[in-house]
Amino acid sequence: MKTIKLITGLFVLLITTVVWARVEVATLRGNTPLNEEGKPPMMAQVVNDDEKLQRAYPMQPPIIPHKIDGYQVDMNTNTCLSCHSRKRTPESQAPMVSVTHFMDRDGNFLADVSPRRYFCQQCHVTQDKVRPLVENQFKDVDLVLKEEQAKQVK
Amino acid sequence: MKKFIKQCWRVLTRPSVHFSLGFLTVGGFVAGIIFWGGFNTALEVSNTEAFCISCHEMKDNVYQEMRTTIHFSNRSGVRATCPDCHVPHNWTDKIARKMQASKELWGKIFGTINTREKFEAKRLELAQHEWARLKANDSLECRNCHNFDYMDFTKQSQRAAAQHSTSLASGEKTCIDCHKGIAHQLPDMAGVDGW
Repeated sequence: MKTIKLITGLFVLLITTVVWARVEVATLRGNTPLNEEGKPPMMAQVVNDDEKLQRAYPMQPPIIPHKIDGYQVDMNTNTCLSCHSRKRTPESQAPMVSVTHFMDRDGNFLADVSPRRYFCQQCHVTQDKVRPLVENQFKDVDLVLKEEQAKQVK
Repeated sequence: MKKFIKQCWRVLTRPSVHFSLGFLTVGGFVAGIIFWGGFNTALEVSNTEAFCISCHEMKDNVYQEMRTTIHFSNRSGVRATCPDCHVPHNWTDKIARKMQASKELWGKIFGTINTREKFEAKRLELAQHEWARLKANDSLECRNCHNFDYMDFTKQSQRAAAQHSTSLASGEKTCIDCHKGIAHQLPDMAGVDGW
């Protein structure tokens, strides 16, 4: 009985080792050894078509649909606001910064964009023309609700 | 002193005793060529980037800022140097600008912007001089390379084409109106028209 157990144990161990060895861990580094620099991927092109995309969920910060190379956002100036600020929108025809950005953390509305909302790229980003590295299983909230309703009907 | 000036005047107004007319005219012509060549060479030396950044004020501030912009490094390797944008190419305008620049020598001697803090404090004023100059000459230094007549709007993004084919084409706006801070960082823009 003991020998059978031992043999089975060894067999299981052997199988797991073989399977383990075959699984390659997917990393950005690929097969490059630790002491070498891997070949970096190509720099992606920034989407610059000025087209609004649907937001994936209601509170999503809208993405920036244009290039922002060299845009200066610091203590001196905010280049984004030279088009998107309240005063500049008539001339630029760019969307105005959301009114929520005029609110401080206590809910008071200020005359201009609140300092805590000054750095646009904390939330708003450009998009690159790339294929996703992994499959995206995100479901829109409408779809989730529909599925739930369908379940309840059953 | 008065006597010396009088003596000089007498020498200058009287005909030459020792030198022939031929020597004086030909000699004067040759000396003129040498003088003019020397003057122009010196002028051109002062019109190079190496000359500009031989002062730390330029090298540590504006030059460093420019290095990351499209006018310094880009896909095709064509780049602008300091005088391409900051010195007019036309000779008379160039001389006028060079004479104005004597004020910059004054600033250099007395250390008007010899630290980063002093430079930042004075930056708005300096930038406004350049904006005024480019506004007055319809962004001539931009247009030396970026010629409006050869712009292909179909190769531009929709937004850029829309602006260039309306405001710029009608002459209502000039390059610098929108493209401030294209090659250097901007000063504190509070109160600047259009910001």
